[in-house]
Amino acid sequence: MSVPLNVLFWIVVIPGTVVLGLLACWIVRKVSALVQWRVGPPLFQPFYDVVKLMGKEILVPQEAQKAVFMAAPLVGMAGVLLLSIMLWRVAFVPAKPFVGDIIVAIYLMVLPSLALILGSSASASPHAAVGTSREMKLVMGYELSLVLALIVVIIKTGGTLNLAEIAQHTTVFSISNMLAFLVALLCVQAKLGFVPFDIAEAETEVASGVLMEYSGALLAVWKLAHAIMLVALPLFLVIVFLGGFDVTFLTMVFRGTFEPTLIMPLVWSICKYVLVLVLLILIKNTNPRVRIDQAMKFFWVYCGVALVAAIILATIGKNFGVSWL
Amino acid sequence: MSWKIWSLKKSPWVFHVNTGACNNCDIEIVNLLTPKFDVERFGIKLVGSPRHADALLVTGVVTRQAAPRLQEVYRQTSKPCVVFAIGACACDKGIFTTGYHVVGPVDKIIREVDPNAIIAYVPGCPPKPEAMISGIVQALSVL
Ligand code: SF4
Repeated sequence: MSVPLNVLFWIVVIPGTVVLGLLACWIVRKVSALVQWRVGPPLFQPFYDVVKLMGKEILVPQEAQKAVFMAAPLVGMAGVLLLSIMLWRVAFVPAKPFVGDIIVAIYLMVLPSLALILGSSASASPHAAVGTSREMKLVMGYELSLVLALIVVIIKTGGTLNLAEIAQHTTVFSISNMLAFLVALLCVQAKLGFVPFDIAEAETEVASGVLMEYSGALLAVWKLAHAIMLVALPLFLVIVFLGGFDVTFLTMVFRGTFEPTLIMPLVWSICKYVLVLVLLILIKNTNPRVRIDQAMKFFWVYCGVALVAAIILATIGKNFGVSWL
Repeated sequence: MSWKIWSLKKSPWVFHVNTGACNNCDIEIVNLLTPKFDVERFGIKLVGSPRHADALLVTGVVTRQAAPRLQEVYRQTSKPCVVFAIGACACDKGIFTTGYHVVGPVDKIIREVDPNAIIAYVPGCPPKPEAMISGIVQALSVL
């Protein structure tokens, strides 16, 4: 990659991720509509929504902690952008990794939730307070399961903490990692705030909960952050569990060589991403919302037991060389 | 037409306020979201907080208890926003005109807060979902 092209690529990656995120938003709404036998919104709907919110008045509650309230969406946005750039880096320049980037990814994935907790508790609204407390419990619930699921993968791939190396194994084809993948999928569901884990945002009970007091451009930033999460989190699952996101074709085009045989891996990677997204949407559309205590019990007790079993299986498989365990 | 109005027409998010309706108009509003009418086609979405809303769907005669709440909700809605008076009650008190607890109709109460509020009327008892869609389309086209 020559230097100007390289620079151009890193300029394109942020707007590109945002556009992909809005597209993913549209896929979520369209597929949900199709599941319910509706027509659903037009292709540019998420884009219209964001433009409209940008043009609306920003209201800040009188008793709110203004600085925190205004800064929280930006912190959340920065977190997800950094995460998505890291993941694209793993996909585009796998040769230049840094050790332990999976740990950085775990931390960056918590950042939007933490920002949401900060922002909503700064808004001095009782509904938002209920939402905040729910969001906090939910984070404590799924973080444990997610980290355990990643440990299963790390055992399976021989103790590497490097996303680019993990991406070379299609880990999901073994019993332990299948379990870990399912749990991680549900954790991502909770991170995205999708039904059945939209407890913090429950519109019918706590009137949008954590997002309640946000309006105008601040809400638009939250919507954009959520859109980018829709790109980054399934991409993370694809990289960790489903054998990585192969974009060699695109990097070749950037360098100026056209290699038709490399189109197939790219298409296959996109299919994997869409598959994960559609799985999330189908779970979203076929389940009712759970209570917060049910969610915590689910993640700590049921997912915890499944993951301990998976860790034991993975360790046995590793030590005795049984690849399907 | 400025980009703000253009995008507002493309995605009007609505918040539903009941100020003492008999619940029939409300059922018809919820009807709009069902597969048969599916207003998400036009980008219309029911939101849970007035801060997110671009349009307030107000149903019912405004009762003495509800009036200050309606004004508060209107103040909390981020502008620009449109108020829809849905149903005969909300337009002109309907069958409850002589009720002792009625201080409405909706437009009078809203104009006490903001004399320049944009108010659209959808009559009917209750109005048909088709009438509501047509009302929303007409109101947005004169913005
Ligand atoms: S307009 Fe008719 S249906 Fe609607 S709230 Fe009034 S009485 Fe009920």
